[in-house]
Amino acid sequence: MSARDDTHERPLQFAGDLSHLPAHGHSHRSLTWWGMMGLICVEGTALALAVVAYLYLSGHETAWPPHRLLPSASWGTAFTIIVLLSFGPNLLLNRRAEQEQLGPVRVWLVVMTVVGFLLVAIRSFEFAAMHVVWSDSAYGSIVITLLGLHTVHLVTDLYDTAVLTVLMFTRHANSGRRFVDVAENAIYWNFVIYVWLPIYVLLYFAPRWL
Amino acid sequence: MSVRDPSLDGEWLDEATTHARLEKTWSAAPGLWGWLTTLDHKRIGVRYIVTAFVFFALAGLLAFVMRLQLARAENHLVGPDLYNQLFTMHGSTMMFLFAVPIMEAIAVYLVPLMVGTRAIAFPRLLAFSYWIYLFGGMMLWIAFLLNVGPDAGWFAYTPLSGPQYSPGKRVDIWAQMITYTELSGIAVAICVIGTILKQRAPGMALNRMPLFVWAMLVMSFMVLFAMPSVMIASTFLIMDRLVGTHFYNPAEGGDSLLWQHLFWFFGHPEVYIIFIPALGMVSSIVATFARRPVFAYPLMVLALLATGLFAFGLWVHHMFATGLPRLGNSFYTAASMVISIPTGIQIFSWIATMWLGRPRFTTPLLFVVGFIVVFVVGGLTGVMLASVPLDLQLHDTYFVVGHFHYVLIGGAVFPLLGAVYYWFPKVTGRLLDERLGKLNFWLLFVGFNITFLPMHYLGLAGMPRRIYTYSAGLGWDGLNLLETGGAVLIALSMLLLAFNVVKSARGGAMAGANPWNADTLEWATPSPPPTFNFNHIPLATGSHPLWDAERLQVMRGLKLDERELVLTSVLDARPDLREPSVPPSIWPLLAAIAVGTMFLTSIFTPWAVVVGMVPIAITLTAWFWPKGRPEEEGER
Repeated sequence: MSARDDTHERPLQFAGDLSHLPAHGHSHRSLTWWGMMGLICVEGTALALAVVAYLYLSGHETAWPPHRLLPSASWGTAFTIIVLLSFGPNLLLNRRAEQEQLGPVRVWLVVMTVVGFLLVAIRSFEFAAMHVVWSDSAYGSIVITLLGLHTVHLVTDLYDTAVLTVLMFTRHANSGRRFVDVAENAIYWNFVIYVWLPIYVLLYFAPRWL
Repeated sequence: MSVRDPSLDGEWLDEATTHARLEKTWSAAPGLWGWLTTLDHKRIGVRYIVTAFVFFALAGLLAFVMRLQLARAENHLVGPDLYNQLFTMHGSTMMFLFAVPIMEAIAVYLVPLMVGTRAIAFPRLLAFSYWIYLFGGMMLWIAFLLNVGPDAGWFAYTPLSGPQYSPGKRVDIWAQMITYTELSGIAVAICVIGTILKQRAPGMALNRMPLFVWAMLVMSFMVLFAMPSVMIASTFLIMDRLVGTHFYNPAEGGDSLLWQHLFWFFGHPEVYIIFIPALGMVSSIVATFARRPVFAYPLMVLALLATGLFAFGLWVHHMFATGLPRLGNSFYTAASMVISIPTGIQIFSWIATMWLGRPRFTTPLLFVVGFIVVFVVGGLTGVMLASVPLDLQLHDTYFVVGHFHYVLIGGAVFPLLGAVYYWFPKVTGRLLDERLGKLNFWLLFVGFNITFLPMHYLGLAGMPRRIYTYSAGLGWDGLNLLETGGAVLIALSMLLLAFNVVKSARGGAMAGANPWNADTLEWATPSPPPTFNFNHIPLATGSHPLWDAERLQVMRGLKLDERELVLTSVLDARPDLREPSVPPSIWPLLAAIAVGTMFLTSIFTPWAVVVGMVPIAITLTAWFWPKGRPEEEGER
């Protein structure tokens, strides 16, 4: 335990070379992909617990909704159809980004931004179609919160997509890492699509079945 | 053998030149600007550790005031209102501002070194998390000093914490403190997971990874799945309080027990989020001082994983007294008893390691032995409490207070202090004083048992939790006075630790790179480590890189003049990509100010959430927008 020289006292042996490795990779090879998967775990858990809270609260009421005024499903169904259709252009965006083709990536980014704005517009009508506000009852609280939670994801990803769209029209687009960013943003959009489906069923049909 | 490229590291450059060029590339700006913008996981880690210990001291001070109040019957040192704030602040600070942050902080400092990489994953996120944590802690404590400290207990049960029974801002402060600290905790967990899964040194396959790193990986995954629960719970609570939702209001179809389910679905894993990192520390310390690898490595890893998994299946044992269905209670009793099996496996493995090795009883190992003794007692009273009939008797008594202090102080603080003595030389380059260290240990060990062992008896004798005073003649006086005496010893031991740290940081014996002759990679670099951690990325040829071979195997070929590290494959750690690491940035701090301001003002008006999104969006966009540095542009 005596004082020692503070530099490398261990002799080194060079055993391999890293210089030939590429500077970026897609999907699970990328570090940010893992960060995004972590966020998806967190947000997926939060949404799942909100769904559990919905079911828990519904079990306490003799009638669900308590005032028997059912939500109107037409805006929600329109939203669901469009969000499912967005799977196609989103997949193409993801593929082209992984192939690092700037032209198509720009086109599909613009398309996805427009789709995002359209969905946010429809979503704003969905809140009214619930025929309940958060302060009416526990039913109103959980319904508006579930819809709100999904809207937060929707708006956040729309904002991300819009910023990336602008970015890909600047000189910064000329970088492999930007394509990784675009591809991962597209994967996140899939998450926004998937989590909507159980929420859609719960918000519009569970009151009819429960 | 590649070309001798002078822009890359390798045997063609001498070590001093390599070091100097990397230092120029990786160092932060000097002065305050550098302090605010640095993304060095070691500087941020130390900042986290110091802040968490400040909160530890503050919360300990509150505990000491409570012990003084309870030292004799019908004492008037503090009144009931302040006493409610004291125990709420003590519990909340210890759990949310000390225990989880300190464990994550130690991971932040050590994991990148232990896996042999130059920087942590997502360093800007890490910097952001620290500022958010600091702001959340400051908000809670400034509110307390202004007599707006929360007073509904650290688990803030509804309806007590709801709008009807807790008007005013106290519980809002508590609920929003949760938002800050959980956001920060989740951010750190993502940094740690990214570092462990993708940045391990080439060759460090999962089955060669140190148990400490395994523990931090399991803890981080638990954070991802547990913390959303308390964020949802506290968001529902604050919405009930501020915008009139009815989640917990039975009159409008809500349910108070929903709070308990959501809180304990987080709260029970929380205990293991604190405890599992401590297990990792214990494994490191035991291996080093027993001078042999930990016995039964595969079983140890499986035990960590099993503990992490089971921890999510026992939250209802906190709710046995709420009148849930009997059959459900039996399930949670069984689950609570089952989790003692993986813990038992680990304890026997450490004992076997020491038995088979040649243990040196230095201060860190003393703390580990203290941990084993204290934690086993806490674990056994835990098995007792897992049984419903006994729990119904002991619920809300001092028996429970005694039990969880044995588990938390025994299971987390003892290993943590062992870790402080063990890794202090790595952080500062100097050893802590051994004589003071042993005195520190014995004072704490004796003081701890005097303080908390009698609590079990007091609980059996009927003394409830959370009472600010009691009548004379109930038979509680003598033991309460004794406990306060024990608390004095604990306080002395902590002052001694602080003194030892200050004294040794200036004049302690120089440590050198590997003062304990340990086996893991953090000891392969000087103490304190340079900004970039390693001159060359190490190659892990076995589970114990510093014991297996006299010569450290390293890799050549990373850039010297840009911040670069290597990504490896998740399972086998095969080298896969050269990854740029971002340069220092002020935007994490500005984003944290924007987010923190939004959280704080939202207590006063819900519109703050809407308006506050604008500065948040601006700062986050500026954070991600490329600034034209080579690290951000990458190659095409």
